[in-house]
Amino acid sequence: MAERLGASRAALVVRHIRAQNRIFWRVPIGAFFALFLPVMMLVLFVALFGSDTYTTEYGEVSRAQFYTPALAVFAVASATFTNLAINLSIRRDEGILRRVRGTPLPPWIYLAGVIGSAVYMAVLGTVAVVTLGVVAYGVNIEAAKLPAMLVALVVGATAFATWGVALAALTRTAAAAPAVANAVILPMAFVSNVFVSFEGEAPAWLLLVGDTFPLRHFVISFGEAMSPFSQAPAFLPERLAVLVAWTVVGALVAWRRFRWEPAVGASPTRGRRRN
Amino acid sequence: MTTAITVRELTKSYGDLRAVDGVSFDVAEGEVLAILGPNGAGKTTTVEILEGHRSRDGGEVSVLGTDPDHGGPRFRNRIGVVLQAAGVDRELSTREALELYGAAYSSQRPIDELIELVELTDKADDRIVSLSGGQRRRVDLALGLIGNPELIFLDEPTTGFDPRARRRSWDVISNLTSLGSTIVLTTHYLDEAEYLADRVAVMAKGRIVADGTPNELRMSVESDTKIAFDLPRLDEPLVGLLEPLTGQGRGRGRRVEILTPAPTADLAHVTSWAMLRGIELEGLTVESADLEDVYLSLVGEHEDLEDTEVSTDTEVSTATEGVRADG
Repeated sequence: MAERLGASRAALVVRHIRAQNRIFWRVPIGAFFALFLPVMMLVLFVALFGSDTYTTEYGEVSRAQFYTPALAVFAVASATFTNLAINLSIRRDEGILRRVRGTPLPPWIYLAGVIGSAVYMAVLGTVAVVTLGVVAYGVNIEAAKLPAMLVALVVGATAFATWGVALAALTRTAAAAPAVANAVILPMAFVSNVFVSFEGEAPAWLLLVGDTFPLRHFVISFGEAMSPFSQAPAFLPERLAVLVAWTVVGALVAWRRFRWEPAVGASPTRGRRRN
Repeated sequence: MTTAITVRELTKSYGDLRAVDGVSFDVAEGEVLAILGPNGAGKTTTVEILEGHRSRDGGEVSVLGTDPDHGGPRFRNRIGVVLQAAGVDRELSTREALELYGAAYSSQRPIDELIELVELTDKADDRIVSLSGGQRRRVDLALGLIGNPELIFLDEPTTGFDPRARRRSWDVISNLTSLGSTIVLTTHYLDEAEYLADRVAVMAKGRIVADGTPNELRMSVESDTKIAFDLPRLDEPLVGLLEPLTGQGRGRGRRVEILTPAPTADLAHVTSWAMLRGIELEGLTVESADLEDVYLSLVGEHEDLEDTEVSTDTEVSTATEGVRADG
């Protein structure tokens, strides 16, 4: 469409990202899970397991060195995957997506606002966790590996944001979304080096499960860029490729299945009535 | 007079249910049309097709010279939609929501003026989540008007309101009509249609059963007379009462009402029926029919209507999320 309506598209996207950010801060629960919880977990894990080191195939590393990238990635997954799955299905059930379709705002701009805000929160969560790790626990980061950190962050956040939208597309009602999102992300976190590290000692099938899903690839890509043993630039192209593949599949699911209308009877209190 | 909306032989089915069954009407520019009917009549489906929210199965539809199925942003820039149930980001304030959604329109009504129009000046900076049901409905209305629309759709704008809140909303909508906007509204309140609309299309079971000004509708049965009385018992057998009548009978609890063009003969039959059975017809009245009688006879059998009224109430209390008294 050539004719310009209201503000320019870019301005509208920015406006919607900012509105979603505002909404995010006004609902403490989202901020808690995406930002506060990963930071708290880092503090707790280091307090619990102490500052002792453990041995990898390359040498000794501190617990904080392991947990900082892992929990930074977990913050990204919460802010994108979990938050988007929940928020988009709530906005669908409440009829907000429906309202958008009655206005000249192209629906993708609204969607871009919600996703953009989630990615922004993911970046904030990462910065919070990494900063705490570096400042409080002497975790290693090197300028030469920053590009690898950034690329892993962007590629991983994209994959998890895409699957957040896809999961919202696959869940019928907002009531189911939090349960489904957590049932997916928590078990995945346990086999993906987020809470526990296993390389040599874990059963092969668990490693296989972990390597099938995207989270482990994300954790290892990001962790590699922060590892004291990796060589700059520390990119892991195969793992990034798996993340991209997951993104493509997620995008297809989202594209084919995403609905703007609430499911019939989705929410008796706010749902649509057909007359 | 230019035509804003043309609808011809519109049909829409959900499975086996023919929700809209061959509806045709026009709306002139600047006209206020009320589509009046009980729940399930097909009002919302019709309006949602006109808004472009729902696709049709058959028929021709032109809204502002556009097929709403292929309207796109340029079409939606010219219309204002107040859906029956559409959420808004509740953590935003009314002002923030108006700024956010208004930005997509090529022209905007000034936000302060709009907030004043829907009488939310005191609440403009409160989060929408803290507003009452009636106030939220007025936020809906304001959001529908922010783009300075040529044509406004209002789907049951006052359902679930207490009488005072309805009055206030009527005043707001009347203001719009005096500004010359074309409005299509749906309602199941007769008084609302009569108060707000230039023309009323009565819908029942997917069809338009009458279409005219409130006066024309009244005239259409002006000659009719209403005979009404109470039966002594709720389960009184009606054998032999209704069949021979010229007019149409309907019951509501113990009350029986007969709308008839031949009151003398029908009254004689009713009284002789009662005398034969030895019962007294309490509260027997004979009077000319009013608009409500016209409406009730148009939308069909009374039992249906009772059912819908009951279901209306339950639906309303759930559908508008604990609507509180407006204040």
